[in-house]
Amino acid sequence: MSVRTLPLLFLNLGGEMLYILDQRLRAQNVPGDKARKVLNDIVSTMFNRKFMEELFKPQELYSKKALRTVYDRLAHASIIRLNQASMDKLYDLMTVAFKYQVLMCPRPKDVLLVTFNHLDAIKGLIRDSPAILNQVDETFQQLTEVYGGLSAGEFQLIRQTLLIFFQDLHIRVSIFLKDRVQNSNGRFVLPVSGPVPWGTEVPGLIRMFNSKGEEVKTVEFKHGGNYVAAPKEGSFELYGDRVLKLGTNMYSVNRPVETHMSGASKNLASQTQESIAPNPLAKEELNFLARLLGGMETKKPSDPEARFRLNLFATEEEEEQAALTRPEELSYEVINIQATQVCAGDYTSQIPLPTCNNLELRRPPLLLSNQHVTIVPVLTNRTSRGVKSWLGSWGSLRSRTRRGRAPARGTICLP
Amino acid sequence: MFRRERSIPLRGSAAALCNNLSVLQLPVRNLTHFGVVHGPSAQLLSFAPEGLPLAQRQLHAKEGAGVSPPLITQVHWCVLPFRVLLVLTSHRGIQMFESDGSIMVYWHALDSGDASPVQAVFARGIAASGHFICVGTWSGRVLVFDIPAKGPNIVLSEELAGHQTPITDIATEPTQGQDCVADMVTADDSGLLCVWRSGPEFKLLTRIPGFGVPCPSVQLWQGTVAAGYGNGQVRLYEASTGTLHVQINAHARAICALDLAPEVGKVEHCHGECVPDTQVCGARFCDPSGSSFAVTGYDLAEILRFSSM
Repeated sequence: MSVRTLPLLFLNLGGEMLYILDQRLRAQNVPGDKARKVLNDIVSTMFNRKFMEELFKPQELYSKKALRTVYDRLAHASIIRLNQASMDKLYDLMTVAFKYQVLMCPRPKDVLLVTFNHLDAIKGLIRDSPAILNQVDETFQQLTEVYGGLSAGEFQLIRQTLLIFFQDLHIRVSIFLKDRVQNSNGRFVLPVSGPVPWGTEVPGLIRMFNSKGEEVKTVEFKHGGNYVAAPKEGSFELYGDRVLKLGTNMYSVNRPVETHMSGASKNLASQTQESIAPNPLAKEELNFLARLLGGMETKKPSDPEARFRLNLFATEEEEEQAALTRPEELSYEVINIQATQVCAGDYTSQIPLPTCNNLELRRPPLLLSNQHVTIVPVLTNRTSRGVKSWLGSWGSLRSRTRRGRAPARGTICLP
Repeated sequence: MFRRERSIPLRGSAAALCNNLSVLQLPVRNLTHFGVVHGPSAQLLSFAPEGLPLAQRQLHAKEGAGVSPPLITQVHWCVLPFRVLLVLTSHRGIQMFESDGSIMVYWHALDSGDASPVQAVFARGIAASGHFICVGTWSGRVLVFDIPAKGPNIVLSEELAGHQTPITDIATEPTQGQDCVADMVTADDSGLLCVWRSGPEFKLLTRIPGFGVPCPSVQLWQGTVAAGYGNGQVRLYEASTGTLHVQINAHARAICALDLAPEVGKVEHCHGECVPDTQVCGARFCDPSGSSFAVTGYDLAEILRFSSM
């Protein structure tokens, strides 16, 4: 499908994430300066120039599972800690909200206005940091450059790509259920009234012309809906009235946000799709993640005591309960990537795996995020057959010998 | 007036593509075949009016290089003089199967040679014209395949140039036997329509320019082109001259699918139906008289059916 979809997907989901985190920070009465630091850290990581460069490269979309890993890392680029249950819920809320926004866009091009709404709101959250504001504005310019000149047909393809990404996602969100935006079966309510999209005429008229092009007859017919003309077009400038409300912060009012797991998926085909879709550990997806995360410059907090846990649920008990009762088919199978800056070549990372006999990779406490390292598993006398199959998908790492391989000079050896 | 009939359940939901429903009627066996694209797979099923769906089959796009399984853009039955073939277009190429989807008889890989890195490469738009099958591509080129009466000896006979933007849909109707009757129309993302006459060499007869919106769906009937546009309008043109005859402000959103029942002749609003909370992505008449039609919707794992009362 379209290879220009990822920036829109990432920025809009990121925007939703910030809205939700902002709401939870208030709900947990986190002191103002700490809350501001959280948001500033996440926004500055998100809009980092190197990261944006990777993001804007033409590429296909990866799976929801792969993308979740990026947001996991992004959230933890700040001083907050999220348990898996809270991270799952956060991601659910983000994806459902953006799916709704894409579905409801009157014109395919309006997804750009939704993105601008998110950026406008993000700028409001980090008002007092001019450096970060500048980063966001630069991204705005990039969006205008890439998407400003696209045709309606290209936006149609982007829309279709996004909807395929979100297909069969029916998680119910209580804030949507309360606002009658979502039905109890998880489907979104599609209104048949209101303004038509900019450039569309109100339905109900048949006009007939003769061979000279003169209008000779008009007939009106009753259209099922109740539509009115569009008042004006939203602005695509850096500042302006977007007109469209999709993508603005719906969590401003302090309301608890629960999600209801939709239960067992009845769609065999969608389950088949997941099983024939690339395994999250597939080489391509991990390379993508390493590229993207490699561009993320994360700062270590000066004071480890500054970290605190954020809960997406009202109580800790609820959080525990949610973790236990999450349906199998909706689990995200977290990939814990602790990728640091890596050398060119096949990207490697440490992945905590069940122990392979005696070889267990563990990052030595010495390694800090700014060091330039190549992580090379060194086979020692203690290795066994199990190691080879574990490394099966990493061609350049596959050791053809049983004996240890000397690492390159300057690299740090692992025990 | 139409009323709702019992829906046909699908194994997988319909993808948010345009023209996402193909119907093949087999009146002799009183069977109707339906084809719907789910994403990386397409679902075929046969249905007899009084019973349950008889047979279901899933087809996948042929794999190739790339990160994820290739997505299918369209599935469509092509009725030729001596055989019926099922054509499946994807981001890798064009596959042709026997009408029940059991055997693949032909594979054509798309040539992405001159595509820029930001361009999506795919095939889309399928129609049969005489013993030819025409398939559109991302570049605007329309590939014409010559289909033998039987066997897999299918040959790419021509590449039609006429469009600069990705093809969205192709429609054909049987030639009346006269020399200059148009029998094929192709549509693209810019809204441009090209009207052709088929033959050993296809000839471009008319161009009907767009007006800034895509034309995702087009039909041809007795010298009239019916086109649905991204701004909700349906326009009827005379195929040979390109003159606009009728303009209908039909919908409040982009039109995704348009079908004509060939045995009926007039333009009159007979019926409006609203499928609640569903974005329609495919619509077809199930019989030539237009007495019944079927509809698919994004995220919906069923085919909705309507028939006249």
